[in-house]
Parts: sequence; structure tokens; C-alpha cells
Amino acid sequence: MKVELVVNGEPCEAEVWGGESLLHTLRERLGLPGSKNACEQGECGSCSVLLDGTLVCACLVLSAQADGHEIVTVEGLAPEGKLHPVQEAFVETGAVQCGFCTPGLVMATADLLLRRPDPSEDEIREALSGNVCRCTGYAKIFDAVRLAAERG
Amino acid sequence: MSSPAHTKLVLGRVGESVRRVDAIPKVTGEFAYASDLHAAGMLWGKTVRSPHAHARITSIDVSDAVGMPGVHAVLTHDDVPGQKRYGLEFPDQPVLAIDRVRYFGEPVALVAADEPEQALRAAGKVKVEYEPLEPVVDPERATEQEPLHPDRPTMGHGYRDDPRPNVVRHLEIHHGDPETTGDVAVSGYYELGIQDQAFLGPESGLAVPDGEGGVDIYVATQWLHVDRDQVAPCLNLPPDQVRIHLGGVGGAFGGREDLSIQVHAALLALHTARPVKMVYSREESFFGHVHRHPARIWAEHRAARAGKLVCVRMRILLDGGAYASSSTAVTANASCFACGPYAVENALIDCTSVYTNNPPCGAMRGFGAVQTCFAAEAQMDKLAAALDIDPIELRLLNALKPGDKLPTGQPITGSLPVAEVIRRAADLPLPEPEEFPRDPIRLPGGAGNVGRGEGVRRGVGFAVGFKNLCYSEGFDDACAARVRLLADGSAEIHCAAAEVGQGVTNVVLQVARTELDTEDIVLAPHSTVDVGSAGSASASRMTWMAAGAVQLACRAAIEEREQRGGGEVDVERVFHHRRTAPLDSATGQITGAPAHVAFACAAMRSVVEVDVELGLTRVVWIGTAQDVGTAINPQAVEGQIEGGTAQGLGLALMEEIQTRDGLITNASFTDYLIPTTLDMPPVDSVLVEDPEPDAPYGVKGVGEPPTVVSTSAILSALRAATGKELNRVPVKPDDIVGLHDEVAGPAGPSPVSPG
Repeated sequence: MKVELVVNGEPCEAEVWGGESLLHTLRERLGLPGSKNACEQGECGSCSVLLDGTLVCACLVLSAQADGHEIVTVEGLAPEGKLHPVQEAFVETGAVQCGFCTPGLVMATADLLLRRPDPSEDEIREALSGNVCRCTGYAKIFDAVRLAAERG
Repeated sequence: MSSPAHTKLVLGRVGESVRRVDAIPKVTGEFAYASDLHAAGMLWGKTVRSPHAHARITSIDVSDAVGMPGVHAVLTHDDVPGQKRYGLEFPDQPVLAIDRVRYFGEPVALVAADEPEQALRAAGKVKVEYEPLEPVVDPERATEQEPLHPDRPTMGHGYRDDPRPNVVRHLEIHHGDPETTGDVAVSGYYELGIQDQAFLGPESGLAVPDGEGGVDIYVATQWLHVDRDQVAPCLNLPPDQVRIHLGGVGGAFGGREDLSIQVHAALLALHTARPVKMVYSREESFFGHVHRHPARIWAEHRAARAGKLVCVRMRILLDGGAYASSSTAVTANASCFACGPYAVENALIDCTSVYTNNPPCGAMRGFGAVQTCFAAEAQMDKLAAALDIDPIELRLLNALKPGDKLPTGQPITGSLPVAEVIRRAADLPLPEPEEFPRDPIRLPGGAGNVGRGEGVRRGVGFAVGFKNLCYSEGFDDACAARVRLLADGSAEIHCAAAEVGQGVTNVVLQVARTELDTEDIVLAPHSTVDVGSAGSASASRMTWMAAGAVQLACRAAIEEREQRGGGEVDVERVFHHRRTAPLDSATGQITGAPAHVAFACAAMRSVVEVDVELGLTRVVWIGTAQDVGTAINPQAVEGQIEGGTAQGLGLALMEEIQTRDGLITNASFTDYLIPTTLDMPPVDSVLVEDPEPDAPYGVKGVGEPPTVVSTSAILSALRAATGKELNRVPVKPDDIVGLHDEVAGPAGPSPVSPG
């Protein structure tokens, strides 16, 4: 079947099969592998994208469900050649190691700061609890969130 | 790797907290991981796996699968053109099962198809007839059951001759007089479950045939050259026709030392003359790599009234699962560090690793030292209680220092500031207890805790751990680096040190900038093509060895340029650490040269809260002091300590691969839990810089010590909070509320069987 999506502001279409996840379509058909395939079970958050402004795991959304909707992936968070303040903060604080969780955490953090520009420690922990990281122990990720929040 | 010029990178030298060179492509999603690769005309590979832990294969019929839509190849062991078996140390593992499967999830056949869904469906049509056999699942009984590898692959390699069936390695360390008695003795039985590396980037890769019989394999791995040396014989190709390139690696932690998709994808690619991509699902990833050895440990510690250890006796049983992987080296590590970083003049350490039909085990961060640290540190707390001495004082009293000997007879010659890390960790201020009521998110168990804190008890714990740096027992795990100085003043570095997330790329560049005194340096892509082996990104060795190799090659390049009076130079150098030698197979003592190159230690203090009514836990705070040699990149060192601590917390409280008759029952992130943002406490880390005299810039590897010690430090605090023995990890709510008794050691000699 054919689906029509608006991804990172660009209208696009893809030929998919009925059971295909939005994650697979983004990664394998639309050339956007930034959203990551760590568990494909909705448990790790590494494929987090915005679907009509709502943070979702792209692995849990069928491409067919996303037909006609707008999606923002990590590739489209900042204009070409620029970094979003959250991305800058992740780079500066050492919040990136292997980086496989990073696109999802960047999206989740950007979403959090949009809703809560000055989150408390507990709010940060709660908001990011669906995004697992195996390398960092999260300390530097919290530093990144606080830095991005400070900079507004 | 692409580095778009979003913001200017701050370049830096040795000792500076430099931003990662791959950080920008990783935050923008542009970094190409092995699972992101594409090639024109690419097919998707899928593995058919055994549903049994132990079975005889009576037939394999691929005819239905071959006819499925989109299918280009279905391969079995018959299609492996070269050696049918491979292995990191011993070639005991079939590329594809031949007549028998020895573990749940073992690869049996391969499919390549146009679409991943077609490959999956065709894999389901491969008809394999099995005759199930009784699985060997109890490591204690394994040495009396039918041998899983009758040809005993680990025999004849200089290990103690132990004729019992299913013994991978048996090591006994006899030190002083193990019959020595002290004034006080404490004993205990300890058990650890199977931990998974749970790296987020699943096993992935792309094999591209070159049209001339050879193949390029882009893969997430820890050691490119040893992959090549295992893959080429299976493909019946000379090594130069198998080129391994590092695909972006989404974490490793030991789990990428052994082969996963390498031979399989290459077989499919050569067979179809098409590029073939393979990406494991999360479930498959639990079958696709080795895990941390589960262990059973019996320990007895004897001490003089004043607190000095006089004798340690320990029996260690490691379940290696179906294939050897690196079990022999894990056996040595578990044994050599069994006493912890303490001076003890008499010891008997008896360690056996066995084959079973449980999931194969091998390298994971800490590599044997994690298991025995858990037992040894629990024993030190017990001993402190029996002697009525402060546990930190007891550790200081016995702390190992340069000049002391290990139980293997090896003297400590380099840096090992055990007392210093203990003091520095003990000096860290503890957080104040938190009041009730509070936001439920800050209760043990989080918002799932329906109480109001009535049952919450606080506990403070302490532990110390150490382990070796670099490979041991005579293995020359050298590292090559190649430096090209170009006419325009820039330089190009080639080093196959695998960047797995730990930051070795920055180490290489920081060293090169320091040695060449220029910022204009490019690191070539990691590959087997144009530089020699770097050895493995494991054993806390890669920073030391890569720094040594790059330093050596840079200095040689400068010298050559000076001799020539300028112009371009291109030199490659191989860096070796000091030689080691195997342990004596009868006594476990060193034989001339030491068995280990050097050591690193860490001390950790932890605060926990336990709801003793509900069995729920919360780690409130962790403070640690770690012996880091010289920190090349302090920010990255802290990151290693925080991340390594998290993996130890996981083992303490939540992580275990569950099996039933050898079958994994929780192969998903729904059922295998790893620490989240709600589980990890703040970690205060102190970097104790005591340069290692043998190492370039005085560096030490830093990845493993936090994982070695953190499980023990958290358990120490949990015991303090609950008063319970808690002798098995991960600790479960039932263990805390006392629904069942402590895990009892199976009948048998405690603590050790006499040699």
C-alpha cells in the first residue's frame, strides 16, 4: 500500500506493507535512519519521534496509521547545518557515548522542555524514564537537560 | 564518519576534557551505525535458530523455504565452504549447526530475501527435524553428565588436566599454606545470575561481495582483525580477501568479542553475489552474543583477632554454557582476583568453568572479577562484623600495595593505590536522609510503592574491587598504529582500535595532537585493510594500547621526517605491553614472568533505601574513588565510571537472563530490565591519578573497575538496611521480605575441594 506522510516538513510517499512500522518506513524507505532500532518493542525509546507534535515510539506506530500525518525525526529537529539547543547540550556535557539512545533522548528532551521549560530533577527523571541508555548511567544526560533548560 | 560543521569542535590534547569527535553526528542522527547501512541491490539475511537447548538434528529440508516469494538463498552447514567451526579461543562452535544443537537459539540455517519480512517468513518454512536430548543445565552436575564436546576442545593448551566431562578449565591457586587457621573464620555461599550486556545497537552488518571471490564486511565489532582471522577460514578464503570494516557500534561491553553475523552475512553475500544486510531483533540479540557467566561461590575467610587476613579459601563454579568463548580467561580472572585487593599470605582458590546447554557465556565488563568481588566483599563485611572492626578500617588494614604479592605469587610492581581509593571514597560526604512524606517517585520502587514510607530503612555500604588491565597469561595483545605525515603539515592516523562508544577515537586523536603538535589530523576509517591489528576493545586495555601505539608511530614518523629532511612519511609501528607468562597448571603460581600486566582498583560507597515490607529498593547515592592512572579525557573517564556503575546496579537489583531447562524465558526489554533514569542515583566520582609507570602517559583503563565494585557496594548497603544475608544477585523483592530462605549452596565441599 502507499502512504503519504509529511516528514520533517517535506511531503513524501512510500510503498509499504500493511504490517510495517513507521520506524521501518523512516529508516529503510525514506533514508532517515536517525531514529534507532534498539528494541522495536516500545521499551527503549530510541526511535522516539513526534507524530503531529506528540512524542511516540516509531516502532509502535504502523506506517498505515501515520498516513496523512506529520512526523518530525531527529534529522529534522534543527534546520540543516544547525544544532538544536538540546543537541548542543548533549555534545557539550559528554552525554553521548555509543550514541544509540541519543536520537531518542534528544527528541524526548526537546519535547519535555517544550512542555516544561524549567523541569525539576524528578520531572526530568520521570519524563526520560522511557528512554534507556546503557552507556552513560544518565548523569551526563541530566547535565545536558539542565544545560539546555538554563539556556532556554 | 561525517562531521558537518555545525559548531567548531574544541580540539584538545592529552589530559583535557575534549568533546567527542563523533558527538555531533550522533546527536543529529547522521552517524552511520552498522544497522543503518545500505547498498544497491541489497538483500536481507535471517537466521533460523534452534528451539531446543539440546537436540540431535535428524534432517533439514529447505525446499519449501527456497520457493517462498523474494527468497534468493537458503543455506545450511553443507554450504559452509571452509572450516565448519570457529571460536574466539577454541574452534568449538559450528558456523551453522551440523548434527546437534547445544543451546536455545543456536543458528541452524540462513535465508536471504528481498525484504526482511520475506526472509522472516521463509525462515519459518525451513523444516528442521530434531530429536530432543536431555539438556545439561546444572553446572554442578555437568561434570558427571554426558560430554557436550567429547573431543574436549580446551585440552592441550597448558591448562590443568581435568578429565571430568564438560570441564572447560579448572584452575587451582595454592598460595602459602591454605590450612592456616586464624582466630576468626567466616564463610558463605554466593550466587550470581546471568547478566546480559544489553547494548542498544543490535548485532548488525552488511557483507558486500567484491566480484572477485572476496568480501567486505561492515560490522559492529570489538576487534576487527580477530574477526577476519575467524571468518576467512570458514569462507575458505585467504585473509586479504576478507576485509572487515567497523560499522558504527551501539555499545559492546564484551558482547561483541565473539562473532555474530560476520560469517553468516558473508556466506549469503558470496552465495547470491549480492550485498546482504543482517540486523538482529532484540529477542534475537539475547541469543546472538555471549553473556556474563553465572557463578556459584563458596568462600571462607580466616583472620587474626586484630583484623589481618591470614587465609582465604574459595571454590568458584562458572557456567560457560554451550561453547567455550573466552571462559578460560574468565576462569583465570575470577581466580586471580578472588581475594580482592587485599594482602593475604595463604589461599586456596579452586575455580572450574563448565560446558552446559545454558546460554553461552564469555566476556562482559569486569570479566570474572565481578563475580568474585561480590563474594569477597560480602565476606569482608561479615568478617568486620565478626571481629567488631569498622568495615572500612578492616579493608584499610589489609589493603594491597606495591611490593605485596598476589595469591599467584605475582608482586605488585606498578601503581595500585588501594588504601588511597578507600580513604578518598570514605571521605565523600553522605547525603542527608530524606523526610517523609515525599513525592512517590522518590520512594523505593517509585510510584508503584503504595506505602507512605513506614517500612523504609536506610543502609550505607562500602566495597573495594580491582582487576587486571590488558590481556594476561602470556597473550601478546599488541596494537598497531600507522601515521602518515603529509607535505602540507597535516597527518593521517590509521588505528583499528574499535570505537564502541567508550571514546577511544578521542584518545587516538588527543595522543596524535599531543605528539605531532598539530590540530590538523584525520583518523582514517577503522579497517583491516591498511593497518595491523589493534587487539580488542576490551579488558580495559584499548586506551593504554592505542595511546602506546599512536605515540610510538608518531615519534617514529617525526624521526623519519627529520632524517629525510622533510617530505611525506608513512610509518606503522606495533606497541607491546610488557610480557606476561601462563600460570603454572598445577599450582596456579606465576612461572617466571608475571601473569598480569597491571591492575586498577576502585572503592565505592553507597546509600540505599529499602522498603522492608514491600521488598522494594532505591539506590539513593553512590560515591566512588577510582584509580585511573592518568585521565586522558576526564569528562570521558567520569562517563565510564557512571555508566559502569549503572551496569553493576543492574546486576545488583534487576538484571538476569532467566532460563528454564536451558530455554531463555525473558528475551526482551519488557522482561529483562536495565536501569532507567528512575533507577540511577547521582554518582560522585573522584579520579585518583597515580600514573602507571609502564603505560604511555601513565594511563590506565577505566571501564571495568566501576562495574566490578558497584554490585558489591550496593549489596553491602542493602544488607546494612535489611540485616539479611542477600547472597544472590540480582536481589528480588522476595529476598528482602523473606518469603523464602536465603539461597542455599548445593551439597558439596565448602569452601573448597582440596586440590
